[in-house]
Amino acid sequence: MAKLLEVSDFSVGFGAAQPVKGVSFSANPGEMLAIVGESGSGKSLTALGLMGLLPRHAKAGGQIRFDGRDLVGLRERDLRRIRGRDIAMIFQEPMTSLNPVLTIGDQIIEVLRIHEDLSRRQARERAIALLDLVSIPEARRRIDEYPHQLSGGMRQRVMIAIAVACNPKLLIADEATTALDVTIQAQVLQLLDNLRVQLNMAVILITHDLGIVAQWADRVVVMYAGRKIEEGLPGEVFDRPYHPYTNGLLSASPRLKADYHYRDGPLSEIPGSIVSAAGEKGCSFRPRCPVARPSCASVVPQLIALPAGRQVACPYVPAIAEKAHVASVG
Amino acid sequence: MSLLSVDRLSTHYAGAAGTVRAVDGVSLDIAEGETVALVGESGCGKSTLGKSLVRLVDPSSGSVTFKGKDVTAMAGRELQSVRRSIQMIFQDPFASLNPRQTIRTILTAPLAVHGIGERKQREAIAAQMVAHVGLPADSLDRYPHEFSGGQRQRIGIARALILQPELVICDEPVSALDLSIQAQILNLLVEMKTELSLSYLFISHDLSVVRYFADRVLVMYLGRIVESAPTSELWNGAKHPYTQALLAAVPDPSRRKQAAPITGDLPSPHNPPAGCRFHTRCPLATDICRAEDPVFRQFGSGHAAACHHAQ
Repeated sequence: MAKLLEVSDFSVGFGAAQPVKGVSFSANPGEMLAIVGESGSGKSLTALGLMGLLPRHAKAGGQIRFDGRDLVGLRERDLRRIRGRDIAMIFQEPMTSLNPVLTIGDQIIEVLRIHEDLSRRQARERAIALLDLVSIPEARRRIDEYPHQLSGGMRQRVMIAIAVACNPKLLIADEATTALDVTIQAQVLQLLDNLRVQLNMAVILITHDLGIVAQWADRVVVMYAGRKIEEGLPGEVFDRPYHPYTNGLLSASPRLKADYHYRDGPLSEIPGSIVSAAGEKGCSFRPRCPVARPSCASVVPQLIALPAGRQVACPYVPAIAEKAHVASVG
Repeated sequence: MSLLSVDRLSTHYAGAAGTVRAVDGVSLDIAEGETVALVGESGCGKSTLGKSLVRLVDPSSGSVTFKGKDVTAMAGRELQSVRRSIQMIFQDPFASLNPRQTIRTILTAPLAVHGIGERKQREAIAAQMVAHVGLPADSLDRYPHEFSGGQRQRIGIARALILQPELVICDEPVSALDLSIQAQILNLLVEMKTELSLSYLFISHDLSVVRYFADRVLVMYLGRIVESAPTSELWNGAKHPYTQALLAAVPDPSRRKQAAPITGDLPSPHNPPAGCRFHTRCPLATDICRAEDPVFRQFGSGHAAACHHAQ
């Protein structure tokens, strides 16, 4: 199958600072890909880069091949034709992403009429159908309401309706369910997954929530301090994390140790914080890593390819040497 | 005797659109050394309840008894002294620290307010506290912006603990933190609890954190507590359909690509549904649920739920 999206060696720089340092990944049509990482990992900047929405003074490098074209360095005029039509994005806070002085109908109709040749009346009918599609009850009445009249979950559904209005091939959801309550979050994730299937749309789920990734993603990319440090199928990555950071993250997470209680002992910690990655010449995770060796201070670890699309950027995991050997002979 | 005992507490807000019954007849007890979690979705009243206990918001009716004394009837010096024993830790370590004050000022202020020690002594206590919560020794002369999110939450914890409280109300203390930092802060809170024999009221929407951290869990929905149970019992046999839905909504790798969502949104607290407040979203709802408010019933030791159909 042809890749819908192929990001290679993508980087973002602001002057001397480089918050995204050469990231490569790809997405197939209809696939749900998760990018996980904590604040400062570069996951949101990568997403903005895909949308061509980086701040003006940011310097983007590398390649983003989307549907046969390279998006890096594309003129704003051409980008605008792709953005909102072929690639759409939803954000964390639906209240700040919607215009408070326009009805939700106006905001859906606007997108439809920019990208498609529709009359106002046709666009309105399509908007009602879209509100139905995202399961907003009484769409015909609700279309004339303003964002403040809707609950947080409903607003996020409106954002999704706007995003999928022109049947995009790729939807980027940046922490789209983080601000929602857990019961509403489950509903919105189910909706995104249904739309992914119905519209054969690839979804990039950017999140810090490992539970969401484990339940919903087809593949997961783990980022740390601007680099991809691990990739694979969620079941494999979570059952057998290879990178010391992924491993640390999973053991620090109370969610995945369901029966563990504070009376049984402390949670395992990753010492320090991501701030320590600043200025590291070698592996960014070295200052927090339990298995770091002297060479980690000077050499940036390369991604090692393992069977089944698994990749990991650490040569010092016991399982790796063995698997890499299998991969090279098999 | 309970350390804290709350009886039919209500806190109502008057607003242009009518009265909001944020907390509507809540009773609970916290024993000495116990960690009680209060969980629920946004708008259920959990933060208002927390603030009502220390009278940051004045309750409309009901009582709060701390070590046998009625907090709701207190004023002036007496109220101030009880606030020394009940401290709060807030969610956002960016918003809850004054950006213009050094850590020295932030940590010595509570001591000064309560007239503890001379200046030199207060600074010595602050220095000890800084070390105790794992902050660098040179922190006292620095400002909040010089610290990371996790370190700022350590400052918030130091400020709450410097008065040697007996009960600490933690309102979403790790929700704003990255996963790798969450574990550090949770471990610190457990450590402090053991060392200083604290009791916690832990307000959170994150059920996985609660499962690790709490001895007992209270589940709140639209101003009411709908279920109360020891932590392990809640996970093994939740009685209230809302609790069951809440637990089922936690992302779970074993339910690949399948949510078990409850339908609908939280109704407006301006105008909560009649009868059982959960009936509009409840899969078990029948006529009695629409007509009658369910009473809190006991199901074995320490486990109670307010549902007509719970068994």
